[in-house]
Amino acid sequence: MRRDDNGNAGTGRGGVRRSRLLRADVYRLGVSGLRSRPARVVLSALGIAIGIAAMIAVVGISTSSRARLDDQLASLGTNLLTVQQGTSITGQDTTLPAGSTGKIGLIHGVSAAGAVATLPDVKVYRSRLIDPNRSGGIVVQAAGLRLLGLLDGTLRRGTWLTTATANYPTVVLGAIAADRLGIVTPGSQVWLGGARFTVIGILDALPLAPEMDTSALIGEATAAGRFDWDGKPTTIYERSADADVETVRGLLPRTVNPEDPGNVSVSRPSDALAAKNAADLAFTGLSVGLGSVALLVGGIGVANTMVISVLERRREIGLRRALGATRGHIRTQFLAEALLLSALGGLAGAVLGFGVIAAFAGTNGWPISVPPVVFAGGIGVTVLIGAVAGLYPAIRASRTSPVAALDG
Amino acid sequence: MSDHVIEPGGVVCDPVIELDQVVRDHGSPPVRAVDHVSLSVGRGEFVAIVGPSGSGKSTLLNIIGTLDRPTGGRTIIDGHDVGAMSDAALSALRAYRIGFVFQRFHLADGVSAVGNVADGLLYTGTPRAERLRRAVASLTRVGLAHRLGHRPHQLSGGERQRVAIARATVSDPALLLADEPTGNLDQRSGAGLMDLLHELNAAGTTIVMITHDVALARQAPRRITIRDGRVVGDDRGAPA
Repeated sequence: MRRDDNGNAGTGRGGVRRSRLLRADVYRLGVSGLRSRPARVVLSALGIAIGIAAMIAVVGISTSSRARLDDQLASLGTNLLTVQQGTSITGQDTTLPAGSTGKIGLIHGVSAAGAVATLPDVKVYRSRLIDPNRSGGIVVQAAGLRLLGLLDGTLRRGTWLTTATANYPTVVLGAIAADRLGIVTPGSQVWLGGARFTVIGILDALPLAPEMDTSALIGEATAAGRFDWDGKPTTIYERSADADVETVRGLLPRTVNPEDPGNVSVSRPSDALAAKNAADLAFTGLSVGLGSVALLVGGIGVANTMVISVLERRREIGLRRALGATRGHIRTQFLAEALLLSALGGLAGAVLGFGVIAAFAGTNGWPISVPPVVFAGGIGVTVLIGAVAGLYPAIRASRTSPVAALDG
Repeated sequence: MSDHVIEPGGVVCDPVIELDQVVRDHGSPPVRAVDHVSLSVGRGEFVAIVGPSGSGKSTLLNIIGTLDRPTGGRTIIDGHDVGAMSDAALSALRAYRIGFVFQRFHLADGVSAVGNVADGLLYTGTPRAERLRRAVASLTRVGLAHRLGHRPHQLSGGERQRVAIARATVSDPALLLADEPTGNLDQRSGAGLMDLLHELNAAGTTIVMITHDVALARQAPRRITIRDGRVVGDDRGAPA
């Protein structure tokens, strides 16, 4: 093969060919270059590893949390709407008209509706000896029998209200309310509105209706009989087919309060969950920013290591030039080292990041969901960093005078 | 003018090295390390370049080895006009046609003797298996067949320099350049090394060796004496 810049080498006696470095040898050179300085390699790869791990972990945690939310929404359904009376100008009358629940049930597309009514003057305590001011923020509400099914609620212990128990002094506690009252088993008694009530059930947490978690729910008949409840609900829960949600939403205010529909507020609890997740994503953005700073510092570490390595290895560079390496070969060798170094860090970072995600998701009971593109992106970024960080030292190495080898 | 001496009747045929009025200045203000040197070395010769420290003989060797470019004059190595060649072409010349031996051996520490020698073929694009095969052959030629797997620190100075010579000759170069090859060796190892160089020369390798040791130089068939960057003597007397 006769090919060179000046047409010189190929023409002489002995048929001088080109200097050639096999690709496998480039890899070998890179590996052996790193192996001769293991401590330094580990330390500078660590910088890259931490950066990549931070970024992958942050992205993975947010995608896992997103996956959890999707799971949750899929199981809870996004077709639940809540209807409440907005506060009036005087701040009074926060109840809906009596009979609203029945009217909502008649709207085309609504599959179920149920109501609760807050009893503002009724408080619940562990026993009659408790200071009345320490009501623990627990709200006593009159609940319809269909509420539990409507909210997809489940009971941690005991039973839900029935037609029979709703007539008696019985109460079902929300998850947090039970904790605050210190009630663990059904059958315990609490002091509610100046009388003993028997706890018949404790609810699991209700993600779509978190207000239920701090509630003590009694039967409507009991509320009417003992606490003079007027039958006006404060919140109505309603489910419809997914396709009808928007239509129903538009019809609800006029149905409930034709005189003042503007004062009826309708909300979709699943939206609130999604909004909370969006807030988490903003935090994710910040963490990705921090991760990229770590990555940048890691890249500088690699560049620094390589520059020092070039200075220390002047003699080796000179020797290689004497053995026939072109400037390009020297450049390639040092670039390969930098790329390997950062790839090593990237790989360790990916493993570390995945470990963090797995640990985090595991302790929170989330599904582990990391899109492969995150790993591909991480490794891509690593290679890019290696190339950028290695370029200057590699060029510097290639400009080292071959005479350096002979300088004693 | 140069102190270029041509031996009476000694017209060099088939030259491997031809220097014509070569000048090399270092730094600024320029210090002239090589001053209008013209000389010619034929294929198969064994030349010792002798001179005191700082006489410019190392610079001259670097120019011959194409590691350094002269400031002026013409340098023709193995038929190639070095002055007009690109870095890639010069590198190819070094990879295939020139072997170097250094005073300090310059062997890779963590690499076995055979690995070090195989590196002499690294930039010729020879596959690894073939490189190792030829490295074994080259080490056998310098008498180190029993030291193939040893690391440099497990070898004596003389053995290390033999490894370096094996590396320099593994690609069968037209020219072997040695810079004070015995400088770091005791007398006995040095003598053994000179014997090896003689054997290689007898087998056809052209050798140019730098030394400041006049006794050692006397063993070479041709001795070029350098002082202050000029050739002041060129003797082809029989080795003493």
